Amino acid sequence: MRPVAKRLLFVTIAFAGIALSQPRPAASPAIPRLAGGKPDFNGIWQAIGSANYDIERHMARPSLMLRKGPHGPLPAIPLLRLGAVGSVPGGMGIVEGGKIPYKPEAETKRQENRDNWIDRDPEVRCYMPGIPRANYMPFPFQIIQNPKQFFIAYEYAGATRDIYFKDPGPPETDSWMGQSFGKWEGDTLVVDVTGQMDQTWFDRSGTHHTNQLRVVERYTMTSPNHIRYEATMTDPEVFTGPWKISLPLYRRMEADARIMDFKCVEFVEELMFGEFRRKPLPRHEQPTQPKQEQPK
Amino acid sequence: MIVLPIALLLFQGATALPRTAGGEPDLSGTYDIATLTPLTRPGNVKDRLSLTDEEAKALAKATADQMAQKSLASDPNRKAPPAGGDGSEGAAGNVGGYNAVWVDNGTGAFKLDGKWRTSILIDPPNGQMPAMTQEARARAMARGRMSRPNRGDAFWITENMPVGPYDDPELRPVAERCLMGFGSSSGPPALPVLYNNLKQIVQTKDTVMILNEMVHDVRLIRINGKHEPEDIRRWLGDSVGRWEGDTLVVDTTNFKDQPGMSGASRNMRVIERFSRIDAKTLRYHFTVEDPTIWTKPFSGEMAWPATDARIYEYACHEGNYSFGNILRGARLLEAETLAKKNAK
Repeated sequence: MRPVAKRLLFVTIAFAGIALSQPRPAASPAIPRLAGGKPDFNGIWQAIGSANYDIERHMARPSLMLRKGPHGPLPAIPLLRLGAVGSVPGGMGIVEGGKIPYKPEAETKRQENRDNWIDRDPEVRCYMPGIPRANYMPFPFQIIQNPKQFFIAYEYAGATRDIYFKDPGPPETDSWMGQSFGKWEGDTLVVDVTGQMDQTWFDRSGTHHTNQLRVVERYTMTSPNHIRYEATMTDPEVFTGPWKISLPLYRRMEADARIMDFKCVEFVEELMFGEFRRKPLPRHEQPTQPKQEQPK
Repeated sequence: MIVLPIALLLFQGATALPRTAGGEPDLSGTYDIATLTPLTRPGNVKDRLSLTDEEAKALAKATADQMAQKSLASDPNRKAPPAGGDGSEGAAGNVGGYNAVWVDNGTGAFKLDGKWRTSILIDPPNGQMPAMTQEARARAMARGRMSRPNRGDAFWITENMPVGPYDDPELRPVAERCLMGFGSSSGPPALPVLYNNLKQIVQTKDTVMILNEMVHDVRLIRINGKHEPEDIRRWLGDSVGRWEGDTLVVDTTNFKDQPGMSGASRNMRVIERFSRIDAKTLRYHFTVEDPTIWTKPFSGEMAWPATDARIYEYACHEGNYSFGNILRGARLLEAETLAKKNAK
């Protein structure tokens, strides 16, 4: 159906609804469409919220890496000086039901990851984030879409995804951003993501998976400026069953919104290679001089 | 219902090239820009723009033979290279390296206007780079002093250089650091290199995206956009585009200090022109001006043939084990060199 005809039909239905005075949810505003009628997702999008800290429902906590204090958990030493900047904002979570169904041994590994967060989170080392994490990191991403192609360019680490519409078959190798195979279900883009490396996480809270992970994403425009993003994860190695996340993506409304450079490789060179400089810079804070004892 | 197709036909004129709903030529697709035609014209064809069919055939055959020879499996029982190196150069690094199975730089010269080209550069008309400025020559000399074939010695120590080429990560080439591909692979100007020469274009009304296979570098070209302010710089520069008839003209400025183009400065400006030759081929033309480095602008052009090949993820940084080893190796060489010096 041509878009104009589709819109007319939509309007007709909407009027019919009003005419019958039935209690109905307010009709959502018309979404932009490409020639050919598919929803037009072109633009710069970003998630809001604390999901990248912890996708599960959680209260605010002192730090991403904790140690035992005399009266409860305290920030671990490497994060201590960050103070409130290093603390974790609370959130109702994006996981349906609040919790990821980890198997017991996988749950133990998640806790170990948390205890060693700064050494283990791939985000710290500027590694590509994988799916779904790329979609709710605190960075925008741009969708470039035409009737034949659907491409996502992420600001973080300059990560990219090309959504194939022709069946690529099973992934030939694992990769950081996986292999994406999309199809349209009405106005919803459904993307089957497989072949992801086992080294990416879902957030900064140790949430790991294996390369058996399968993510089925659903992108639905709910208004010209909102996408409902849903993803269902299965990984029989670590989860007892499938689980689902759901969150809105917001269009960046600034007139000059754009994807900035954030390769971040250059920002982690000191962390990863600084010790191999010819003249290494100090790697740790200099211990403060102990106070001279005053003679009594 | 009948009016629309007729109108489209009229609009497209005689050439039925793919067009977008907006009527612009549709540049979308995946292209393999690998070619045996070099950037600058080799001495044996210095007076002409094109190769004869026989010459093109001979070039392709010589390269294929050489590649077959160099791609033979290595002898698993070969001995370690002798102390001081085996004399091999380039990527083999004086220790033999590995075979050439990874090299993917094309199987022939490219053809434009029905002729095999001798060089990508067309201006200056001799197919050579224009003269460099005095400042640029000084910069190039300094770089040259820092770059030597591997002789297994820390020459920066023996020659008492104030700064050595491996002192810090920041002194290594951006490609080694996985910041950008080598040889202006991502560009602009986008030049063919030894391997990973695929480009993907996704075109919309407002944006033309070019994905470079090397280092998954993306260029987001804003159609009818304005350049970034002077203080916003990008590794691949800031690109805005406009349609001039059926040609996409892309203007790129706002580079950082080390653009992909070898030797260029942050003052470089690149004008690229993309157009369709036929349903399977783009014409790519570029002009580079950088008055800090070159005394005159230079221009080149080449064909971008479409390919069915798929682009695989090039996770460079994620697997860059070599980089730490390069720096660690330099520290070892320094220690050995100093020990020898002290023993004397």
